[in-house]
Amino acid sequence: MIRRGRHPLDDYIRPGRLPHIWCPGCGLGITTTAFINAVQEAHVPLDKLTVVSGIGCTGRIAGYLNVDSFHTTHGRAIPFATGLKIANPELKVVVISGDGDLFAIGGNHFIHAARRNLDIKVICVNNFNYGMTGGQMGPTTPLDARSTTSPGGNLEPPFNLPYLAKASGAVFVARWTVFHVKQLRKTLTYMLEKPGFCFVEVISPCPTVYGALNKTPSALEMIKSYKRNSVICHGEDPDMAYIGLQSQILVGQFVDIERPVFTPGPYYEYDEQLLSSKSILKKLPWARGRGEW
Amino acid sequence: MAVSLLNNRGILTGSHFVNGDIACAEGAIAGGCRFFAGYPITPSTEIAERLARRFGQVGGKFLQMEDEIASITCILGASWAGQRVMTATSGPGFSLMMEGIGLAIMTETPCVIVDVQRAGPSTGLPTLVAQQDMMQVRWGSHGDYEIIAYCPATVQEMFDYTYKAFNMAEIYRVPVFIMADEVVGHLTEKLIIPSEEDLLLEHRKKPVVEPRGSYCPYEPDEDLVPPMAVAGEGYRIHVTGLTHDERGYPVIKEDAHQALVRRLVKKIRKNVNDIIEYEEYYIDDAEILVISYGISARSSLRAVNEAREEGIKAGMLRLITAWPFPEKRVRELARKVRAVIVPEINLGQMVREVERCVNTGIPVHSLTHAGGGIHRPLQILDRIREEAYHTAR
Repeated sequence: MIRRGRHPLDDYIRPGRLPHIWCPGCGLGITTTAFINAVQEAHVPLDKLTVVSGIGCTGRIAGYLNVDSFHTTHGRAIPFATGLKIANPELKVVVISGDGDLFAIGGNHFIHAARRNLDIKVICVNNFNYGMTGGQMGPTTPLDARSTTSPGGNLEPPFNLPYLAKASGAVFVARWTVFHVKQLRKTLTYMLEKPGFCFVEVISPCPTVYGALNKTPSALEMIKSYKRNSVICHGEDPDMAYIGLQSQILVGQFVDIERPVFTPGPYYEYDEQLLSSKSILKKLPWARGRGEW
Repeated sequence: MAVSLLNNRGILTGSHFVNGDIACAEGAIAGGCRFFAGYPITPSTEIAERLARRFGQVGGKFLQMEDEIASITCILGASWAGQRVMTATSGPGFSLMMEGIGLAIMTETPCVIVDVQRAGPSTGLPTLVAQQDMMQVRWGSHGDYEIIAYCPATVQEMFDYTYKAFNMAEIYRVPVFIMADEVVGHLTEKLIIPSEEDLLLEHRKKPVVEPRGSYCPYEPDEDLVPPMAVAGEGYRIHVTGLTHDERGYPVIKEDAHQALVRRLVKKIRKNVNDIIEYEEYYIDDAEILVISYGISARSSLRAVNEAREEGIKAGMLRLITAWPFPEKRVRELARKVRAVIVPEINLGQMVREVERCVNTGIPVHSLTHAGGGIHRPLQILDRIREEAYHTAR
């Protein structure tokens, strides 16, 4: 008879939701744990924490967390989060989603939220392909990498996500791999406390499809390659953070600046002149002399 | 003269001379709307402009988003933070919103969506009128669903039904649509805004149990509508566009889907008597029935009045709710009249619904217009005369 005890993080996982749907060797479990640890360290009240995700493997994180969570449509986590945050500024709103969701179908929303410096935190788990639909190429797939829709090797250059985030206006930009568990946790803790649009990219293995199609079907090998290839460069210009097939991976906290955080307003007093239909009519020459009817 | 009086709730009570878009914006404020996200598009832009200015006075949150997909999704997020929310658009933007509308239906998110219709397909005639999104609003998002859609015909109705749409969205937890058209949106005429006491607000049902108790976000009450907790209240809700069970958890199973989708449809269908609104003119002895809505109903009424002056027994049914469609009433009227004429500024959309309900063998004539203008009353009158001649006993 197996006795069931309590895990220290049980309070953070929604009752009745495990087991999760992720493949063995996936980095999403590590990311989820690092995020929960960061929430603990940053003392974010769970009743005020809201996690929003789009669609895909990463999109499922929201549903496992024991907080208010929203699993929206593909690519739309950021505009949904925008509504939540602006409507109730008390909420701590975190978007956790995948590279395809945030940067292909949702790319437009990402750059505009960063431009506004909306006070939301965005975590992108980048596994270099569309995992849930079976390993298609995406906007982060390295050049020459194989996928089910680039069988001869990817012909399209990928996005350099930290560079894109910085250029769009994010006030905090960092990248770690799931090998860097402690650094990731510390960065996420810092991000949860920093006001403004913050972005963290988490490089994560997808041994099932991306790895299998690119000669690294073992999660352990993939994580070992992250260890081998990663170079920690805090404060480095993210222009250098481009990732190629089996290339080195720049990790660290690249951007940490201050910028005014977006809030709608300003509010002003009621001005009769501004709104009176009569005063508007007076300005229109064709309306002179016409009575009401 | 115009008496503008801004009361506690920010409502501009009194008599005004404004266009339909502005009346719509004022209706939203009267309906308790304090969150708007939108993207500029002719001929609905004046709604956004008015709210950008007015929300400054009443403490509302106005956001101009990067596109209409973001606009609709943003208001859904705000609705889940407890706000009464709206977006406004026109044809091309409305097409982009279909995805978010599906999410609103599946997650039962109260919201109001205004479509000031212009002529399509595609960019079409941005500044000119049409009524071509009547089927898109009903069937445009994928999957099966029921929504509520009003068709205002006057500036006053732009106010009245926008105000009302917020209450209906809150009661039924469903997207409610204002299917206006460019003419009603840009037409300037008299608007009377009632006093605050006459503009009651209905609010979404809240859970009666404490947070972390037995609350199931998608467990419906007898009226098939579940009480709604929002983010930040401690209920730790999970909301997904996937098929879900009463806890809100995703369930990829046939029986769960049957139960959910049938309930989403039934919560509207079982209440059609409370939702459906229409107006009838000269219906008692009518032999030729005109069915119309929006700006087309105003051309139609002129034609019906003139037909009556000529001694033709014409009558009119004006749809106020296009959806749910007043199926029962149309079936009743079909047994009394000899012919039905349906003028609308499209190549035959709502007429399909009329044809579906008229099964008595009488002729149903679609009086079409491709958009860019409205029916001339004489066109409709001619049709009424012809029908009166052909069906005379």
